[in-house]
Amino acid sequence: MAAHLKKRVYEEFTKVVQQQQEEITAKKLRLTKPSKSAALHIDLCKATSPADALQYLLQFARKPVEAESVEGVVRILLEHYYKENDASVRLKIASLLGLLSKTSGFSPDCIMDDAINILQNEKSHQVLAQLLDTLLAIGTKLPENQAIQMRLVDVACKHLTDTSHGVRNKCLQLLGNLGSLEKSGTKDTEGLATRDVQKIIGDYFSDQDPRVRTAAIKAMLQLHERGLKLQQTIYNQACKLLSDDYEQVRSAAVQLIWVVSQLYPESIVPIPSSNEEIRLVDDAFGKICHMVSDGSWVVRVQAAKLLGSMEQVSSHFLEQTLDKKLMSDLRRKRTAHERAKELYSSGEFSSGRKWGDDAPKEEIDTGAVNLIESGACGAFVHGLEDEMYEVRIAAVEALCMLAQSSPSFAEKCLDFLVDMFNDEIEEVRLQSIHTMRKISNNITLREDQLDTVLAVLEDSSRDIREALHELLCCTNVSTKEGIHLALVELLKNLTKYPTDRDSIWKCLKFLGSRHPTLVLPLVPELLSTHPFFDTAEPDMDDPAYIAVLVLIFNAAKTCPTMPALFSDHTFRHYAYLRDSLSHLVPALRLPGRKLVSSAVSPNIMPHEDPSQQFLQQSLERVYSLQHLDPQGTQELLEFTIRDLQRLGELQSELAGVADFSATYLQCQLLLIKALQEKLWNVAAPLYLKQSDLASAAAKQIMEETYKMEFMYSGVENKQVVIIHHMRLQAKALQLIVTARTTRGVDPLFGMCEKFLQEVDFFQRCFIADLPHLQDSFVDKLLDLMPRLMTSKPAEVVKILQTMLRQSTFLHLPLPEQIHKASATIIEPAGESDNPLRFTSGLVVALDVDATLEHVQDPQSTVKIQVLYPDGQAQMIHPKPADFRNPGPGRHRLITQVYLSHTAWTEPCQVEVRLLLAYNSNARIPKSPWIEGGEVSPQVETSIEGTIPFSKPVKVYIMPKPARR
Amino acid sequence: MLDCGMHMGFNDDRRFPDFSYITQNGRLTDFLDCVIISHFHLDHCGALPYFSEMVGYDGPIYMTPPTQAICPILLEDYRKIAVDKKGEANFFTSQMIKDCMKKVVAVHLHQTVQVDDELEIKAYYAGHVLGAAMFQIKVGSESVVYTGDYNMTPDRHLGAAWIDRCRPNLLITESTYATTIRDSKRCRERDFLKKVHETVERGGKVLIPVFALGRAQELCILLETFWERMNLKAPIYFSTGLTEKANHYYKLFITWTNQKIRKTFVQRNMFEFKHIKAFDRAFADNPGPMVVFATPGMLHAGQSLQIFRKWAGNEKNMVIMPGYCVQGTVGHKILSGQRKLEMEGRQVLEVKMQVEYMSFSAHADAKGIMQLIGQAEPEHVLLVHGEAKKMEFLKQKIEQEFRVNCYMPANGETVTLPTSPSIPVGISLGLLKREMAQGLLPDAKKPRLLQGTLIMKDSNFRLVSSEQALKELGLAEHQLRFTCRVHLHDARKEQETVMRVYSHLKSILKDHCVQHLPDGSVTVESILIQAAAHSEDPGTKVLLVSWTYQDEELGSYLTSLLKKGLPQAPS
Repeated sequence: MAAHLKKRVYEEFTKVVQQQQEEITAKKLRLTKPSKSAALHIDLCKATSPADALQYLLQFARKPVEAESVEGVVRILLEHYYKENDASVRLKIASLLGLLSKTSGFSPDCIMDDAINILQNEKSHQVLAQLLDTLLAIGTKLPENQAIQMRLVDVACKHLTDTSHGVRNKCLQLLGNLGSLEKSGTKDTEGLATRDVQKIIGDYFSDQDPRVRTAAIKAMLQLHERGLKLQQTIYNQACKLLSDDYEQVRSAAVQLIWVVSQLYPESIVPIPSSNEEIRLVDDAFGKICHMVSDGSWVVRVQAAKLLGSMEQVSSHFLEQTLDKKLMSDLRRKRTAHERAKELYSSGEFSSGRKWGDDAPKEEIDTGAVNLIESGACGAFVHGLEDEMYEVRIAAVEALCMLAQSSPSFAEKCLDFLVDMFNDEIEEVRLQSIHTMRKISNNITLREDQLDTVLAVLEDSSRDIREALHELLCCTNVSTKEGIHLALVELLKNLTKYPTDRDSIWKCLKFLGSRHPTLVLPLVPELLSTHPFFDTAEPDMDDPAYIAVLVLIFNAAKTCPTMPALFSDHTFRHYAYLRDSLSHLVPALRLPGRKLVSSAVSPNIMPHEDPSQQFLQQSLERVYSLQHLDPQGTQELLEFTIRDLQRLGELQSELAGVADFSATYLQCQLLLIKALQEKLWNVAAPLYLKQSDLASAAAKQIMEETYKMEFMYSGVENKQVVIIHHMRLQAKALQLIVTARTTRGVDPLFGMCEKFLQEVDFFQRCFIADLPHLQDSFVDKLLDLMPRLMTSKPAEVVKILQTMLRQSTFLHLPLPEQIHKASATIIEPAGESDNPLRFTSGLVVALDVDATLEHVQDPQSTVKIQVLYPDGQAQMIHPKPADFRNPGPGRHRLITQVYLSHTAWTEPCQVEVRLLLAYNSNARIPKSPWIEGGEVSPQVETSIEGTIPFSKPVKVYIMPKPARR
Repeated sequence: MLDCGMHMGFNDDRRFPDFSYITQNGRLTDFLDCVIISHFHLDHCGALPYFSEMVGYDGPIYMTPPTQAICPILLEDYRKIAVDKKGEANFFTSQMIKDCMKKVVAVHLHQTVQVDDELEIKAYYAGHVLGAAMFQIKVGSESVVYTGDYNMTPDRHLGAAWIDRCRPNLLITESTYATTIRDSKRCRERDFLKKVHETVERGGKVLIPVFALGRAQELCILLETFWERMNLKAPIYFSTGLTEKANHYYKLFITWTNQKIRKTFVQRNMFEFKHIKAFDRAFADNPGPMVVFATPGMLHAGQSLQIFRKWAGNEKNMVIMPGYCVQGTVGHKILSGQRKLEMEGRQVLEVKMQVEYMSFSAHADAKGIMQLIGQAEPEHVLLVHGEAKKMEFLKQKIEQEFRVNCYMPANGETVTLPTSPSIPVGISLGLLKREMAQGLLPDAKKPRLLQGTLIMKDSNFRLVSSEQALKELGLAEHQLRFTCRVHLHDARKEQETVMRVYSHLKSILKDHCVQHLPDGSVTVESILIQAAAHSEDPGTKVLLVSWTYQDEELGSYLTSLLKKGLPQAPS
């Protein structure tokens, strides 16, 4: 099913591409058409030796040919083909024919006859194979034409008896791709009996050449892909191929068996050498399981992968895969897993002190031991122990898929997954942790298993630890000791790797809310309270203590009796944590603690929140009082900005909105300040110093508007208009300032024109929003547009100046959800006093680890900047694979930055920071400039500018001079 | 000769094999084409200097490069113990080891070495220890695979044994664990690491008695990676000497290790231990936790025993026995639960430390052996290197599951195997093409008859067409014609009889050319049939059937047909 969907998607995709190509090629046709085929003809005639001809053909193949000239080219090629004696040239021509027939917009049915014709006279096997390939290309190009397909299939059948494996290969490929899908029952009107393609292909399963056998199986799979229902009879043939000598045959056969087992899961097959019968899917499962211990690892990977998708298999067989009968000197022995389970159920911990703890017990009847597993026995045991990690990963994946569909199997495979946590390859460990997380709904960890799981917390790889934290978030623990153990291990982890703090807190949050009843009895111990004595108040800044509190508070949420166990300072700490770490600490109903509970009542919606109200009010105050005297406006703006910034610091949910508004007000403030300057009327020469301030303001406004536009997620179109409007104002300001400071008119022409273009662009982009901009700068500007277009620069500047002064302050509507993008560089920490030494001219790799919040599409926007002390700046584009996505809105960048410099005399610091690259054109895809042809389409993806959005980190480096 | 080992249990002449089994009298070199050593364990190579230098052998000795490197170290070590410590006489000297190693030829994995005109050998990876190999020995189309010791489950430093489907006539396999099916190695490793980790965290000391090569390196890798992963700080020591030299070779022969080590050695060679340092006698008294690997493995003497005596009194400490212990050694005693040990000088040592047993063995278990047999698909299997009782079980299983003959000869017993060697016969292209042109493509399922002449000349066989054979041998062609008279009761005239015969044959032999010639005879292909009246009985006609040797098949068919008589003509 999935294959079908994929195919459909692929088809649609290719169709789109084809149409585009047609559009593009349509233009250039006239230019090249006459020259192309003619030139080729001349070249080929000129060619004196086959080598020459080959060269010409190769050159020709490098350039594309347009749909309309294809036919002419094909004719010429064919002509030369007939004349040509050298097989290699004929081969090249044949391959060119195939390429040409793939040209979109060209219907290849006209060359088919010729191709078939030359096929009949061809002697060279290689050329034959290539011609068949060409026919395949033609056939796939014309999927609707039944007659042609039939003919091609006929041709293929005829050449199936060729002695060369290459030709047989291609024939089978052709049959697989073009063989008719209908059963041969329907009579063909043209007299060409529709052949039973399946049978023909099936006959070649026993070909003498392994490549042909593989091709036959692949062709069969191709038929299946195309929607033909394969017959069940091929199952037995495929089973025989499983013991083929060649790995590619076995690998393909495993696939074929899987396909058949999915088609006929319920039909019954007999077990050889006995009278029993089993379901086909079970039989196939057993056979594929057997292939997990194949000699070739390619086959093993293939088999292990396919096992995962056989969900219809009966549970009896499924559980066998984890079964391995142990014995020692012919006596039955229990596996370590069984022993651990027994010890656990008997209430003992593993003493492990006895030799012969694992001593074999009962005698085994020698006749009953089956050393060659019949079917599924122990397949996963083998797969998980395999030499190649590719096989182990595939086995873990398969285990995951099967466990997701069968809870009982999930319970059984747990022991094995836990074992995989100690694999030598990190990828395998990570994969098994992820797998465990996926099936964690179905399982409850025993204490001894939990013990093993928790041991991995000390792993030095951050990925592993974080994956494990995620796993613990959704694990079910059965006992209170388990919870205690988990907490202890997590705290140990915290002391060992303090950077894991956030991840551990989050993990404890879920652990607490999942197991309130198990946490309850632990509370006195965890808080170290004493029934009679007051204990010392723990340090509130201790991450470990916070971790314990996070666990307890989250458990207390659903366990009302718990707060009774808290001591006084716990309540105080609760209040503090509720404020500072509100995402980790839930709101609690605390009886008799009005002070605490009223401060943050859980029922208050955000918009009723007083701080939200405050925000609204202060903004409204600003907007309503816009006709105040300039001095008053400035002051009010300054106060409001300060208020908003404070609010953002205090109230983390509102930080985005507050910062956003504050930035906007800041821009406005700057604009007003710039316009307030008394010296606007002073003649230009005296003005130099003043312009500094105004142009700086203009520049800063520009920067701020870019920040507003690109650093916040959730900015809507109505805000974008306002932001662009502000930017336009800043550009106007810039124009005025330049006009005042530069002598001569010539440079102004260009600037004016550019500005007017931008106004035009603004109008086009935001035409729908213009009604909202009543009385604004742009509104007035557009009114005067016709006049501006015709007037001289000096005049334009004058008009702009007055308009800037007159324009009103636009109200910025607040978006619903807005978050400021932020980044923190975790590594390098910037605390090291030991310089990173390396030889100058060579590179040193610096590990960078950063968390990104609320960044949209970080793969293309986030860059790393390195600033050297000499002012040289270097921008690094991290690979897309370096970004991980641990949660919605969060990203993690783990990458390496290569530093290099010439030799220094002493160590010095370089600054590393993260940048957010933006491009305002990307937001509006149909930019008028691009159509104008001045700007190439690539501009859309290029970077217009960057915004630094993380604190810079200093790294101490020392490039040493190279030793001679 | 496959392997040249020694018996560790004896200190007299029985320790080396009795090579007179091979020669009776005369030089060994005359009897042996080559010697193949599968790996460096002394039970596989210990007698090599004795064999080559003292008994006398000058032919080539084949082994893999790691074996070639490590083998002399072990031999030298063994010699030192035997001669210098035990003071044995009549033992090989250092110089003999050197001389012996000069005769060694290195064989790389999957490299085919032509020993002489007939014999060729090829090495396959065997796991077990560094450089262990399985050897395929081939003469003509007959081959033997000798496994040496091998391991089918990969471990921390070596991969699993692998062989292609070479279908040897005989597979000689070890059968140490013929009756054992082992648990997953992961549990074992995890238990081991957990125990070490717990003890170290408690502040205790861990003693791991090991033999210098093989398992020791695996455990080192295991602990090293664990220390690395868990960021542990407690020191790990390895008793010096032999091991250091050997570790050096482990570092060199990266291609012989497992996937993980092979893939990561560019960043860091796993055998360049970061946490494992050389041990000094004085360290044993250092306070705080530590892990020490010490030789020998059974706690019977040497450094491991010394450390054991120092640490045994503290219950925080632990000793982990990673392998089998022979009866009578301290190792065996403590494993069987003895807590008070009598040491020499009537001292009594009370063992308070924890004693753990952990089996890290690198032989294939019963399943592994079966898996290898399945991979190689031999015609016969021969079990060696194991206990007879256990082999009996495995033999029965092999015969049952694979339906191949299995043997388990005792020492000195000879096994004779029937083989059906295939003899290659060359066929001339002309003949083959002519045959191809005659019929359809050869069908794998049906045999086809082909006529030609087999020429046996200079011990090679060729199938050629008879004309060519005649030409080559300078012989004139003789026509061989068979004639046969068939009596028919037919009262009619001769011509009519001929007509009847003609129509009869025509109706039966549809795909042959049957002609009635004007001179009154009938031809079927080139077979001539003539009819004449019987001289005595005119009612009987005599049919003369004549055919050449080439048409024998058709001719005899025709006569038998005619002998049945003609169908009753419609009167």
